[in-house]
Amino acid sequence: MSELYESQRAMRAMRKAAMQRGVIAILDLGSSKVGCLILRFDGMEHITDPDGVTSLAGQSGFRVIGSATTRSRGIEFGEISSMVEAERAIRTALQSAQRLANVRVDHVIACFSGGAPRSYGLTGQIDVENQMVSEQDIAQVLASCDVPDYGIGREVLHAQPVNFALDHRSGLLDPRGQIGQRLSTDMHMLTVDQKVIHDLAYCVKRCDLELAGVASSPYVAGLASLVEDEQELGAACIDMGGGTTSISIFMKKHMIFADTVCLGGDHVTRDISMGLQVPFATAERIKTRNGGLMATGMDDRDMIEVGGETGDWEHDRRTVSRTELIGIMRPRVEEILEEVRARLDAAGFDHLPSQQIVLTGGASQVPGMDTLASRILGQQVRLGRPLRIHRLPQAYSGPSCSALVGLSLFGASPQDEWWDFEMPLERYGQKSLRRALRWFKENW
Amino acid sequence: MRPIKTPRAFRNDPAPSRWSYRFMRVMLSPVLRRMVFFGIPAAICVGTGAIYFSDLDRRDAISAAVQDMYRSVIERPEFMVKVIAIHGASPALDMDIREVMPVELPVSQFDLDLQEIYGAITELDPVAEARIHVKQGGTLKIDVVERVPAYLWRNGDSLEVLDASGSFVRFAVSRVDYPDLPLIVGQGADKQIAQARTLLAAARPIADRIRGLSYVGQRRWDVVLKNDQTILLPEKNPVQAFERVLVLDQTQDLLSRNISAIDMRLAQRPTLRLAQPTELDLLNTTQKSAETNDQ
Repeated sequence: MSELYESQRAMRAMRKAAMQRGVIAILDLGSSKVGCLILRFDGMEHITDPDGVTSLAGQSGFRVIGSATTRSRGIEFGEISSMVEAERAIRTALQSAQRLANVRVDHVIACFSGGAPRSYGLTGQIDVENQMVSEQDIAQVLASCDVPDYGIGREVLHAQPVNFALDHRSGLLDPRGQIGQRLSTDMHMLTVDQKVIHDLAYCVKRCDLELAGVASSPYVAGLASLVEDEQELGAACIDMGGGTTSISIFMKKHMIFADTVCLGGDHVTRDISMGLQVPFATAERIKTRNGGLMATGMDDRDMIEVGGETGDWEHDRRTVSRTELIGIMRPRVEEILEEVRARLDAAGFDHLPSQQIVLTGGASQVPGMDTLASRILGQQVRLGRPLRIHRLPQAYSGPSCSALVGLSLFGASPQDEWWDFEMPLERYGQKSLRRALRWFKENW
Repeated sequence: MRPIKTPRAFRNDPAPSRWSYRFMRVMLSPVLRRMVFFGIPAAICVGTGAIYFSDLDRRDAISAAVQDMYRSVIERPEFMVKVIAIHGASPALDMDIREVMPVELPVSQFDLDLQEIYGAITELDPVAEARIHVKQGGTLKIDVVERVPAYLWRNGDSLEVLDASGSFVRFAVSRVDYPDLPLIVGQGADKQIAQARTLLAAARPIADRIRGLSYVGQRRWDVVLKNDQTILLPEKNPVQAFERVLVLDQTQDLLSRNISAIDMRLAQRPTLRLAQPTELDLLNTTQKSAETNDQ
């Protein structure tokens, strides 16, 4: 744990350095596409109004100066399956984004959905040292959380305090400066397979880049596509990607649960490909152009040209009706949504005060998805698109880029991970001089 | 035969090779970019220029060529000045001006230094004012205003002609050349020419009797009349004193008496100096004394 803590702090320092330099790359490693944005941080001056409120409520001190997506290679279920191929995909995306930005980036923040993320709720409790809660007390209480045994070969990706309680007052966001006896905290911890992070770090390193941050894509997709009151009142973001469908539940502006279902749009395509005996690319084309989930009266007359280039006239001139296509797609989508339902139930989503569900991601664009989802997941379902960020190209404003946009927000906004808080004194170890300096600083 | 290896150009791979990726990243680094797109081209340009111009012959050739081009433009006939036209100068002054002119005709307008010409002309003493224009058609027009002789000044051995402001016009050979000019004598008289003018103006009633003005000791004026009479004027208010003399002359015929000098230097005590009595006077005097003795 402490090793991870150190590495996360190192990444945090690197991110700060990148912000100082003003350019950072955002990399979304998806199973169907690899997206890259290059952000420039100009400081807040040029967009901050003297009146205070600006467009985007001033939450973006950055703008997008380069963007590229490429077909994903060597990535399956949100995990890197072939290092060389994945590295090529990253290189392709980065090079075209760099060419567009005309600037060289050295730091990259990446997100992925795989690695079987698992959520843990942690609690910690301490006695406040001198009546008033100081930063050091918060560090102590965070460090006092009893970490469950999450298994060998797993690594903590996110560890965020979601709630502080002081004596009998719960629901505090920032207890600093308040007076009380016992400080307790609830922390949400997300672990993923170590191998996935290591593969990612290795790939990024092979591209001569430095990894300045890692995030889980359900989290960042939620950041981008949930609006503020949904994040506050409780909502689930379901990011339906190519290889995985990831779920994140937000409450009080903090993620409290994340999970991934290893089923996605590619499975639908594969079903079409197998069912219609067509190549994968053709199946993808048929899915995106003619796909649907809800049957209508004229589906039987709506014939779809399958096409083909085998040279066999009969085979290349086949047509299928839309009914058949819906008949292939719908069971798979239902399966995905039922799996999501099961995960949400397991997480206790139905106990939340508000049960808003936001569907985003590329696979959520199938017509009829919201109707089908509301039958399975509950009535409060909407299709979400990511927030607008400064100078984001129009092509990247669709739901398939919500993880990319969310990762930009994640990289740009101040973060509340455990390692972003002050370090508890014990961790300084034998650095007694620094302790003495701290003591001086606090007392004078 | 089918080649075993697919040529790179036919491989359907959008990914950049490792080396092209690295090369691009290196080329995007700011220092190198500046170096490649600005530093090296600038160095090449400057270097070639420096090498080319380090040879003296080339530099000379280039400057000569530039000079030739310049001359060929400014020496077009449209720009040449061929004639000097002088207005308002007497023939002698005209000659003088042409002599002192610092340019040789024909000359290009661009080579004319009008300031220098102006300086040369106004340095000539008889010239009071000069205006110089370059006229269309290659004429240098010089308008001269000559100084008008107003006084003749005997200064030591030399006889000089002065204009109304006391500036030197020319030397005169003899008084006879300028019989109508009033004569002024005495060192420093040219500085006080304004006083002399007022005195002469005041002396208009006896203008025919005045021989000249004499500036004595660089401080006061004497008016010298034709019959060797002298009117000594004070330093202050000489005109007033002179007018008193004129009034005395009008009322009592002062100047026609046998007086050699009227000293007005002390205003309270004008003094007359009698001239040497003539034989006739002596005779009159003795007759009168004899008559008184008889009585």
